[in-house]
Amino acid sequence: MPTATLNKKVFEKLVGKKLPLEKLKDRISMLGTDLEKIEKNEIIVEVFPNRPDMLSEQGFARAFSSFIGAKTGLRKYYVKKSDYKVTIDKSVKNVRPYTVCAVVKNLKLDDEKIRELIQIQEKLHITLCRKRKKGAIGIYPIEDIKFPIRFLAEDPRKIKFRPLEFPREITGLQILSQHPAGREYADLLEGLDKFPIFMDAKKQILSMPPIINSHLTGKVGEKTKEVFIECSGFELEILKTCLNIIVAAMADMGGEIYSVKVEMPPGYKNKKILTPDLEPKKWSIDLKFVNRLLGLDLKENEMKKSLERMGYGYEKGKVLVPAYRADIMHQVDFAEDIAIAYGYENFEPVIPNVSTIGEENQFEVFKRHVAEILAGLELLECETYNLSNIDNLNRKMNIELPCIQIENAVNIDYNVLRSWVLPSLMQVFNENKHYEYPQNIFTIGTAFKKNKDKETGVEEFSRTAVALCGPEADYTKIRQMFDYLMNCLNIEAEFSEEDHPSFIPGRCARIKIKGKGIAYIGEINPSVLVNWDLQMPVSAFELNLTDLFSILNKQKK
Amino acid sequence: MDLKKLAETLHPLERKVLPLLTKTSSFNQLVESSKLKDIEVMRALQWLQNKKAVELKEEAKQIISLDKNGETYAKKGLPEMRFLKALKRAPRPVVKVAQESNIDKNEVNVCIGMLKKKAAIDISKEGKSLKVSITDQGKKLLQKPTLEEQFLQSLKKQRTVDELKPEEKFAFDNLKARKNIIKVDKQKTIEANLTGLGKKLVKEKIDSKNVIDRLTPQMLSSGNWKGKSFRRYDVKINVPAISGGRRHFTKVARDYAKKIWTDMGFKEMTGTLVNTSFWNFDALFTAQDHPVRDLQDTFFIADPKNGKLPDKKTVDKVKTAHEKGTAGSIGWRYDWKPEEAKKNVLRTHTTVLSAQTIAKLKEADLPAKYFALGRNYRNETMDWSHLFELNQTEGIVIDPDANFRHLLGYLKQFFKQMGFADARFRPAHFPYTEPSVEIDVLHPVRKEWYELGGAGIFRPEVVEPLLGEFVPILAWGPGFDRIIMDYFKINDIRELYKNDIKQLREIKYWIK
Repeated sequence: MPTATLNKKVFEKLVGKKLPLEKLKDRISMLGTDLEKIEKNEIIVEVFPNRPDMLSEQGFARAFSSFIGAKTGLRKYYVKKSDYKVTIDKSVKNVRPYTVCAVVKNLKLDDEKIRELIQIQEKLHITLCRKRKKGAIGIYPIEDIKFPIRFLAEDPRKIKFRPLEFPREITGLQILSQHPAGREYADLLEGLDKFPIFMDAKKQILSMPPIINSHLTGKVGEKTKEVFIECSGFELEILKTCLNIIVAAMADMGGEIYSVKVEMPPGYKNKKILTPDLEPKKWSIDLKFVNRLLGLDLKENEMKKSLERMGYGYEKGKVLVPAYRADIMHQVDFAEDIAIAYGYENFEPVIPNVSTIGEENQFEVFKRHVAEILAGLELLECETYNLSNIDNLNRKMNIELPCIQIENAVNIDYNVLRSWVLPSLMQVFNENKHYEYPQNIFTIGTAFKKNKDKETGVEEFSRTAVALCGPEADYTKIRQMFDYLMNCLNIEAEFSEEDHPSFIPGRCARIKIKGKGIAYIGEINPSVLVNWDLQMPVSAFELNLTDLFSILNKQKK
Repeated sequence: MDLKKLAETLHPLERKVLPLLTKTSSFNQLVESSKLKDIEVMRALQWLQNKKAVELKEEAKQIISLDKNGETYAKKGLPEMRFLKALKRAPRPVVKVAQESNIDKNEVNVCIGMLKKKAAIDISKEGKSLKVSITDQGKKLLQKPTLEEQFLQSLKKQRTVDELKPEEKFAFDNLKARKNIIKVDKQKTIEANLTGLGKKLVKEKIDSKNVIDRLTPQMLSSGNWKGKSFRRYDVKINVPAISGGRRHFTKVARDYAKKIWTDMGFKEMTGTLVNTSFWNFDALFTAQDHPVRDLQDTFFIADPKNGKLPDKKTVDKVKTAHEKGTAGSIGWRYDWKPEEAKKNVLRTHTTVLSAQTIAKLKEADLPAKYFALGRNYRNETMDWSHLFELNQTEGIVIDPDANFRHLLGYLKQFFKQMGFADARFRPAHFPYTEPSVEIDVLHPVRKEWYELGGAGIFRPEVVEPLLGEFVPILAWGPGFDRIIMDYFKINDIRELYKNDIKQLREIKYWIK
C-alpha cells in the first residue's frame, strides 16, 4: 500500500487541532488508513489506493480534519482566469493524446514545500498514473517560460535538450539509455516513431513526458514563486483528477490557482477546454438506499453531517463531490464514507434470522472418507504443493509426462503444475532420510492435464498417492492397503500387468474399475530411488479420486 | 510395598537372576550360570536395582590382550631373542643371522637397536656388510626368560592394567611402545550385590511356578490360571513411544472450519485452481490495469495461455460494468479487452468461486449462503512469512434484506466459533466490495489485536452483471493459514508444507 510522509507540525497546523497520540492513532485507523509510525517530527501513514488525494500532507490533513470534526464540509477552491494557453498538436494524437494544465502563483516555496511537491508528484505517478503508464505530471518555474506552450511529438533523434540533473544536452533517444529516469521508464516510449515534448514560444523544450523535464526550464527551486503544471496521458478524466489533486494541495499551501486554456486539434471531442476545473460534481443520493445498505435509520440531516465529515457538501438530495476525489463511481461509495463518518465501531452487529441449510460438497466429504481410511492404516498424511518442477515430476521419476508451465514463476523450483502426485511423496522421503523407518505416508492433491474441452483448457483431478518406504516395503504390503481401501469403498478392481517407467518391470499393475484405468501400483524402480537419493525400497500407488468418485456415483444410480 | 507384593512384581528374568546373586556378584558369571543373554541379565539387574533389591557397581577396567604380532611372539618368542639365540653359535653378518632366525626385514633394525641398547651384541663393519657378535651380557640374557617374555606368557589369562606389579608394568610399557604386540581395551565390568531388601526378597517365594507372567489363550482354555497369581507390573513405568497414522494437522483444522460454516447454514463451493482472468478479476470488477493483474503478483499459465469466456450475455454485462458502469455506476471508463480477460491464471482468491456461484443463482434460490475453503496462489518468493500457496476461507450471504450490520454480525459469530471471543472492524478497501471492512480479532492468549482478513458488501458493478439485479451480498475471506499457525504455534509458514515426519508424528491434535 502506498504511504505518505507527513511533517507533524505542518500536519497539525493544517488540521487545526492537536490530538494525543493514542487518539491520533485510533482516528487515523478508523478513517480507513493506517498509521505506520510516528518518529520525532514525522508521521508515516498508509493510504488505500482508491484515495490518491490523501497521499500528501495537505490532502491527508484535509480529510482528517473533516473526519475529526475540526473543519467539516466541502472546501472551496477558486480558479482565477488567465491568458495562459497550451496548444495540443495533432502529432501527439496517436502518441500521447491529452494534456491538462494549470498555473499556480504566490507560492512561498521552501525546502519543506519542495519536498512535499515532489512527494505528491511521485505518489500520483505510482498510484493514479500506474507507474506513469496512464499519465505523468510536470512542474516548471514560470519565470523562464514564454507562453503559449505547444504539446507536440517529434522524431526522438531530433529532440535535443539537457535533461534534469544531467551534465549535457542529449537526444530523446539517448535519454532512454543514458538518463536514470530514461532507463526506468524506457518501455513507455520505446518503439514509437515520435516522442512527445512540451515546447514554449521561444522553442525551448520544457520536457519529454512521461520521462523527464529539462534542466534549464523544468527545475523548481526555492526562488520559484509561480509554476506551470501539466498532466499528460491517455484518459482525460484521470488527468483532470490528477491535476486537481495537485493544485488543491498547492492551494492548501497558500498558492493561487490560475486556469490554462488547452486548445485541441481537429478530430478531438472538444475544441478547447479550460483547466483545472475545481467545481464540485453533483451526484444524486438515495437516503433510503444508504440506510438499507448500512442497516441504519439516519435522518437526512444526520446523513448530511456524515457526508460533511468526509469532506463532501450536501444540497437537497445531491452530494457535492470535491473535484480531487478519484474514486466515486456509485452511491455505494458515499454509503461507505457515511459508514466511516458514523464510525465502524458504532455499528451494532446483528445476526439475521435467515434459515438456510448448511452442506459440505459431496466430493470433499468423499475425499475425507478416503483420508480417514488411509490414516486408519497407520499412514501419515502429508500436505503437498500443487506447484512443482520438471526435474521432480519427470527426470527423477524416469518418465516424460506433459506438464503445464507457469509463465512467470519467480521460484524456479515451483514453476510447473504437477501432472501427478507421487513425486511429491518421493520428495518427502528424500527430505526425511534422517528419521526412522518405515515411513508410510499419503497425500491427496490436485494433478493437472491439458484438455481442450474445459473452459481454461486445463483439467484438474484430485488424486491420492500412498507410498511405503522401509526395508519391508513391497508389492504385497501396498497391495494390501489398496485392497483394504477398495473393500471399504465397496469397489471391485481389476489388475493387469503393465510396465510403467517409474516402477520395477513385472512388479507394477494398472488398476481398472468398470473398465476405466484409475490407478498404478507397484514397487518403485531402484533407478528412481537413486535419483531421489534413497537407500530404502519404496512401494506405492496413485489413484484418481475424481474418476473413482464419478464411478461410485454412477454405481449408486 | 510389602515383600510379598514386591515378589509378585518380579519379572521372570528377575526371578531367574535373583537367586544366583547369593552365589556371585560378577555379571559374567551371572550370565554364565543363568544361561540368559547379556541383555536379559542386564535388564533384570536394572529392574531389581529400581526395586532397590540390588546395588549395581560399574567399574571401567583396562583389559590387556595379545595383538596380532603378540600372538606370534607368544608362540615363537620375541624376535630380538630369536636373533640372539641364533647368534650364539658364532659371529656372522646381520643378514645371515636374520635369515636363520626367520626374522623379517622390518624387524631386523628394531632387534639390533634393542640388543645394542642392552649391550647384548657388538657390531663391526666388514667390507660392505655389518657383522654381529654376541657379548657376555648377551649370553647371560639367554639364560632365563626376560621380563617381556614372562609378561607375554602371562597374557594367556585375562589381565588388567590396574593389577600389574611394577616389573610387569615395565614390560607392559616396553611392549606397548612396540608395534601390534599388545593392546588395551577399556571394558566395563559390572558387579551386582544384593541389598538388605534383596536378601530378604530372595527368601520369598520367587520361583515362577505359581506366577503368571503373560495370560495365554491356552491358560484360558485349560483354566489353569485359576489359583495362580499374576505378576504385578510397575504401572508407573515409562514405555517406549509409538505413533499412529493420522491426517495432516492443517486438514483437521480445515475440517473444523468447515463444521463451523455448515453449522451456520452455509453450503460449500468448490472449483478449479486454474481460472480465466474473467472470473478471477473482471467479474469481480477489478480493472484490467489494476496492479494485482501484473506479472509480479499473479501466476499466469504459459500454455494453454488463454481460456474461453463464458456466454456472451454475461461477458457483455461485465464489459459494460467496466466501461460505462451499471446499476447507477459510471464504471472504470476504459476500453475493456476480452483478450485480457481470457488469460489463464492460478486463482488469487477463493472469491472467484463466489463470482461463479452468484452467476449460477436464480431468484428462487435466495436467500442463500455459501462458503469455500481452499488454496490460492500468489507469485511470491518464499520466506518464513510468504508462500506461493495459501489457504483462504470465504463466505457469502446473498439476501435481499442483508445489510452492513448483518455482515458485522456474521463476522463476529464466525470468529467467535473459530475461538476468537472478540472482533473489531476498521474501514478497508477492496476493488469489489463497498463498504469494505478489515477484521481484527483479539488473540485469546496474548490479548493483542491482530489482522485476520477482509470483508465487505459486493459492489453493484459485481452483483448486477452476474445476478441480474443488485442484491446486497455480504462477503468475507479471511486467510486461514494464520489461524492454523497460531494454533500450532508455528512461526514459519513453510512448515505447513514441510512434511517433517517427526513433526507429523508428534504434533498435537487440533482441539478447539
